Amino acid sequence: MTRWLLSRTAGGLLVLWAVATLIFLGIRLVPGDPAEAIMGGPGSQAPPEALEAARVEYGLDRPLPVQYAVMLGNLLRGNLGTSYSLRVPVADVVGEQLPGTLLLALLSWVLAWILALGLAVLTSLARGPRWRRVADRIGSGLEIVAAAVPHFWLGSVLVLVFATSLGWLPPVADDTAAGLVLPVLTLALPLAGFLGQIMRESLATALSSPFALAARARGESEAGVLLHHGLRHAALPGIGLSGWALGSLISGAVVVESLFARPGLGRTLLNAVTARDVPLVTGVVLVSALTYVVVMALADLAERLADPRISA
Amino acid sequence: MIPELSATTTDERGRPTERLAARRSLGGLAARTAGELPALLAGVVVLFLLAAVAAPQWLAPADPLAIDPAAAFQGPGPGHWLGTDESGRDLYSRVVFGARESLTIGAAATAIGLALALLLGLPAGLTAGRARRTRWLDTVIGRVLEVLFALPGLLLALVFIALAGPGLVTTVVAVGLSTAPGYARIIRGQVMRLRDSAMVEAARVLGRSPGQILLRHLLPNALGPVLVLATLGVGQAVVWASALSFLGLGTPPPAPEWGAMLSAGRTYLQLAWWMTVFPGLAIVLVAASATVLGRWLQRRTEGLR
Repeated sequence: MTRWLLSRTAGGLLVLWAVATLIFLGIRLVPGDPAEAIMGGPGSQAPPEALEAARVEYGLDRPLPVQYAVMLGNLLRGNLGTSYSLRVPVADVVGEQLPGTLLLALLSWVLAWILALGLAVLTSLARGPRWRRVADRIGSGLEIVAAAVPHFWLGSVLVLVFATSLGWLPPVADDTAAGLVLPVLTLALPLAGFLGQIMRESLATALSSPFALAARARGESEAGVLLHHGLRHAALPGIGLSGWALGSLISGAVVVESLFARPGLGRTLLNAVTARDVPLVTGVVLVSALTYVVVMALADLAERLADPRISA
Repeated sequence: MIPELSATTTDERGRPTERLAARRSLGGLAARTAGELPALLAGVVVLFLLAAVAAPQWLAPADPLAIDPAAAFQGPGPGHWLGTDESGRDLYSRVVFGARESLTIGAAATAIGLALALLLGLPAGLTAGRARRTRWLDTVIGRVLEVLFALPGLLLALVFIALAGPGLVTTVVAVGLSTAPGYARIIRGQVMRLRDSAMVEAARVLGRSPGQILLRHLLPNALGPVLVLATLGVGQAVVWASALSFLGLGTPPPAPEWGAMLSAGRTYLQLAWWMTVFPGLAIVLVAASATVLGRWLQRRTEGLR
């Protein structure tokens, strides 16, 4: 366990270092003056003295190796630098915006799992080959469409139906629980479709396997077979796709937060990308990469718990 | 319910007899047609889209850029089947012409992704687990892939755009870059499987040069499954590219690109729902058709290997 934790931590740190280095090198490879981005972009026509002052202020006048060393040293101390566009410490911005996005992503992830597993169990209840085929068709049709729907369109359509036409829910995300419903649904439905596609197949395979038959022969109830044998197998490929799911949630959060005017890390990232605010982009990306490392470690743990075949 | 202990019986060549019987009867033919119905529908959608890419002027009645302020914000109806936008442009024509924009971006991004993946996956697959002198290459590429995987979804694309600035070319490269790590991992696995196969062994015994083996045996066989996946991937690439346009980072308006059209429609969501609903439906149709066709190809080619 200690070895596992150590190797995971080392691997994670290596990934974070590589991401920071990648962005540091990337910004030097592309044309364009960072000082211009600090002064509000190439259109701002800042005077040369102001550009020079900005370079000194952000340490851009120093040799590259020194800049790199300073950045790494700051990162080690948790200092993510100063945002070009907001002119406040990046760590403060990230710390302020992170909880909202985490809540949104977590709720959507839980809902997606409930929907995907629920649909898988529902279609597995169909009796007889013919009903089975019909249920499978409907289930897989729903999943393919759900997985194909882009977040930015789904959000707009949900607003049209539930906010504009029916007036049940607010069209923008406010602090109330009702304001969270549409953003969470928008993030969860495509993910549920994607997870459902593999979970349903895996559940069907498990329920028609010899060990399920043996459990039934031992007199276990159909619900017991589902709980003890089926769900475990349905969950495994879902856990294996955690990295993909996180990607969907992060990309989705960028879209959903800007669509529903909800403050958060995704919207911060979009604004930072538009303003080419490199320190802020780096900060948000590092936090996302850290989340990825943690999620993958947790998924690894969950896989070991759910699948006794992988041990230590 | 007790499931059938042996689901299918097979004939002397190992083919399921049930399917053979179905193939002979007329009812079986109908059942098989019904079974392929989703793939058939997806095929029709793809044919229509390809026609729209090749010759949009044959399918669409109007110029997608011609403005007619008097006809602005007309709902769907005769004359304008899908309505008009804020400048009175015909939405149906814009959606049809948009197929060329959006699908070209999606296909180009997928091609870039595959090329990058080949560059990473091929050497990694060839050196993985081999002589110590060359194995480091696989280790290094493996680390690079691990880092790229840590920026999942659109994250890598957004970083690239932040560095290179927004625009059409950047979008294509950015989306291609985001898809590359996934393909690279699959190519690496394929190459590893193939290089140890009897086929390659035989070619080596026959004295074929490594270059010949690479071009004749490894590449064609490794690319097959990847091209099937790329069919699935084009749908994803179209969705991602239009997402970037929707966020204002990709194709700028008034080009009839689906994501850019949705971005414009967002402003008038309460006033003109059709400006949002129809371009989005086009994206959903592309993504869903790509999934159905890709899975169909997967099923059809699995037995061949």
